[in-house]
Amino acid sequence: MPYQVGSFAVGNRLLPPEERTTQADPRRANAITSGHRACRGCGEALGARYVVDSALRASEGRLIAANATGCLEVFSTPYPESAWQLPWLHSVFGNAPAVATGIAAALKAKGRTDVRVLGQGGDGGTVDIGFACLSGMFERNDDVLYVCYDNEGYMNTGVQRSGATPPAARTATTEAVGDEPGNVFGQGKSAPLIALAHEIPYVATATIADLHDLEAKVERAMGMHGARYLHVLVTCPLGWGAEAHDSVRIARLATQSGLFPVFEGSRGDVTAVTKIRRRVPVEDYLRPQRRFRHLFEPELRTDVLARIQARADRNIERFGLL
Amino acid sequence: MDKPFAISLEVGSSLANKTGTWRTERPVYVRNTAPCASHCPAGEDPQAWLYHAEEGDYERAWRAIMEHNPLPAVMGRVCYHPCEAACNRGRLDEAVGINSVERFLGDEAIRCGWTISRAAASTGKRVLVVGAGPSGLSAAYHLARLGHDVEIHEAGPAPGGMMRFGIPRYRLPREVLDAEIDRILGLGVTLHCNRRVDDLTGVMRDGAFDAAFVAVGAHLGKRAYIPAGSAARMLDAVAMLRGMEGEQPPLLGRRVAVYGGGNTAIDAARTAKRLGAEEAVVIYRRTRDRMPAHDSELEEALEEGVLVKWLSTVRRADEGRLVLERMELDESGFPQPTGEFVELEADALVLALGQESDLGLLERAPGIEIHDGVVQVGPDLMTGCEGVFCSGDIVPAERTVTAPVGHGRVAAAGIDAYLRGARYEPEPAGPEASFEALTPWYYDDAPRTMRPRLERARRESTFDEVVGGLDAASALFEARRCLSCGSCFACDNCYGVCPDNAVIKLEPGGAYAYAFDLDYCKGCGLCMAECPCGAIEMVPEPI
Repeated sequence: MPYQVGSFAVGNRLLPPEERTTQADPRRANAITSGHRACRGCGEALGARYVVDSALRASEGRLIAANATGCLEVFSTPYPESAWQLPWLHSVFGNAPAVATGIAAALKAKGRTDVRVLGQGGDGGTVDIGFACLSGMFERNDDVLYVCYDNEGYMNTGVQRSGATPPAARTATTEAVGDEPGNVFGQGKSAPLIALAHEIPYVATATIADLHDLEAKVERAMGMHGARYLHVLVTCPLGWGAEAHDSVRIARLATQSGLFPVFEGSRGDVTAVTKIRRRVPVEDYLRPQRRFRHLFEPELRTDVLARIQARADRNIERFGLL
Repeated sequence: MDKPFAISLEVGSSLANKTGTWRTERPVYVRNTAPCASHCPAGEDPQAWLYHAEEGDYERAWRAIMEHNPLPAVMGRVCYHPCEAACNRGRLDEAVGINSVERFLGDEAIRCGWTISRAAASTGKRVLVVGAGPSGLSAAYHLARLGHDVEIHEAGPAPGGMMRFGIPRYRLPREVLDAEIDRILGLGVTLHCNRRVDDLTGVMRDGAFDAAFVAVGAHLGKRAYIPAGSAARMLDAVAMLRGMEGEQPPLLGRRVAVYGGGNTAIDAARTAKRLGAEEAVVIYRRTRDRMPAHDSELEEALEEGVLVKWLSTVRRADEGRLVLERMELDESGFPQPTGEFVELEADALVLALGQESDLGLLERAPGIEIHDGVVQVGPDLMTGCEGVFCSGDIVPAERTVTAPVGHGRVAAAGIDAYLRGARYEPEPAGPEASFEALTPWYYDDAPRTMRPRLERARRESTFDEVVGGLDAASALFEARRCLSCGSCFACDNCYGVCPDNAVIKLEPGGAYAYAFDLDYCKGCGLCMAECPCGAIEMVPEPI
C-alpha cells in the first residue's frame, strides 16, 4: 500500500519504524551536534550528518573518522570545541585517505575487527589535493569507506575553482568575464568514475536531496570490506549564491536535470542508477544560483546553456537516467 | 595543569555556541485551512477527518465529520463535492475522492451501529424546528447535542424533505436516509410529521418555545406560461418526483419531455426512463457549458440514453406533441429566439424550471423582512424577529443538500448563543493553504480510485443505486492520497533536513509533532522549504 510520502520524505507516522530513515529516529546519533558554525542552510553539514549517522547505525557506534581539512573541519572544530559525536581525527588537507588507511592498519594489527573506519573530506581535499593518497587507498583496497562531500569548489578559503567545479560556474579564480565567462569547458574530472576504474568493491554517488537513497548506499557500503567510495553532492549556499532554504531543492534539481548522475557501481561497472523522476531543463537548476547569473544577465547566453544542456543530455544517455 | 603536550584549553563542545543568535527569521508551525475545508458548504474539514481515516481509524474519522455534519452517508452520495473541485491534489494528478471516502465512513457507521451522544447537559430550553429537511435535521442534531429540547414540525408524511421527495432512490437509497435520520432522532429529538405550521408565532406561544428555526425548503415548482391544448399532459418535476414516494408512480407515457436545465430536470428525465419511457428528452434553452446541472449527473443521464435538445424552448404543448423554437445565444450569452420552429412528439411535458418556497408561515411574525422571495437574516441566521432563525432554501444559497446542512449548523450555533443571551459571530476563516506553499515532490504518484458503477442495462430499468461504494482497502488508499494541505502530518521532513539539529521531535506530540530549538536554529528556512504540506512559515525576528 503506497503511503502519502513513504518513499520520499524523511519518515511518516504511517510507516513502521524499520521502514523510516535513520534521520527520522529520535535516537539518531546527531554525529555533528548543534552549535557548529556552518553557514545557514549548509548542505555539507547536512550531508555529513546523514552519512555519519547512518554509518554509526550500521557499525553499531563503533566507527572512527579521519577528516581532511576543509569547511567540514573548520566549522565543526574551532579549537577547543568539537561538534563531533564519534572518535574523530584531524588531518591536513591532502592526507585524509592515508590517515584512514593508517587507522585501518592499526586496528588490524590490534585485532579490532569490530571497529570500522571512515575517511571524509570536501571536493578540494579529495578530488584535487588528496587524490594521490585516495588512489593509493583504492589500489591497496584498504578497508575504509571514503566519503567526498562535493560542493564544487574551495568554499572555505573563499570560493576558488576545484577539479569538481562545473563549467561556466563563477568562482574567485574563474570570474565571469570575457567571451567564455566562468569556469572553462573541457576541464575537471569525475572522481566517482575514476574510483570505479580502480575496480574497488563499491562506488556510489548520492545527494542530500534523496535521503532514502543516500542512507541505503551508506548501509550497503558499510556491509562490505575493502576500499569503498561515496561521492555526495552537497549544496553550498555561499559559494553557489543560493538561498539558504533552497539547498535541498537545488540538489534535487541537479539530479532531475541530469547534471549530477546518481548511480552505483562495483568492480569497474555501473550496476544501478537512480532514475530521473521529474525531468527539468538545466535552466531550472542554474537560475537560482548566482554563480551562473552571467548566463542570464545582462543577456541570455543560449549558446552556453546549450552546452550545459548537452552535458546533462550526455549523462542521461550514458547512465540511462530516464 | 596536567593537560597533554601543547594543549592549553579543556575540550569543549559546540553546544556552547548558541547559533540561534544568527537568526533574522524564525520558523513557526502553522495550521492553515485546506481548500477542501474552505469550500465545504456544510462546514466540514475533510483534511482533518481524512487524517484519521489515513490511519485506518474510521470511527474517529466519522466522529470528526459528525462534529459538523450529521449525514455523512447521505453526503457521500448526493453532495456535489466542491471540496474535490478545490482539492490541491487536482493540480498534481487527480483530486482526492473525498466524497467516496465520506460515503465509506457513513456506510461503515451504519454497518457498525456507531452512535452519537449528547455533548452537553440539558438546558431546559425548548426549540421549534419547522421542516425536517437537511437544514432542519442538521439544526435539530446540533441543538440536541448542545442540550436543548428540540421539536420538529414537518408538513410532509415523513422526514427528509428534498432528500426523500426530490432525490430519486437510484441516487439515495431510502434505507441510508432512514438510518441517518433515526440516529438524529435517537438523540431525543421529537418529530411530528403531517404537522404543517401556518402561524409561527402562535405555535411558538402555545408550545412554550424559546426559539424557532424555520427550514421549510423550496417545494413549489416554478411555472412558465406555455400555451397548451386541452388534452396536453403537463406536470411539474417537483410534484412528479414527490409522486415517486407515493403508492402509484406518476403516469408519463412512452415519450417524455423535460423542460429545464438544472439537476431536477436531469433527475426527472432519468426517473422517466426508469418508469419505462422509451424516450426521455431534456429541452434546454442554452448550451451544455451553461447548463446548471452538474456534469456528472448529465454524463450519467446521457449514458442511460437520456437525450438533450440544446438551444430550444417550448412554445406550445398539445396532446402527443410539442412545438419547440430554436434559440441562439447573443453576445452576453442570453438565448434569443430565431423564429425557427420544430415539432417534437411527447406524451408528457415535465416542467423543471426551479423551485420556490411557501413563506406564508412567516408573514405573520413581526419584524421579518422578505425581499424577492428571500428572507433577510443576519450572520447568525436570525431574522428581524427575535428568536426566529431561518435557513435552507429560503435564504440565498446554492440549492443543494450540502449548503442547508451548513446553515442548520450555523443556525444551531446562533440559537444556542441567543438562548444564552449572546449573539453568535461566525469565526473568520484562517488563511488557505495554497498549492504554491506545498512541496509536491514528496508525494507518491497515486491516481485516484474510481467507484464502481451499475451497468447500464440495470440502470435503465431499475431504481437500484447507480454509483457504488469503495471497499475498505480502496477507501484507505484514497484517504492516504490526501496531501494534508496546511496541516502537519508528521512526515519528519523538518526533523531530517535541519542542518543544525534544531528541530525537536515531541514524543508524544502535543499540538504539533515537533518544536524548534531556538537556541540553535539559524533560521535558514530549509524546514519550511521542504515541508511537503506548507505547515511551516518563516516570520521575521523582532528587532
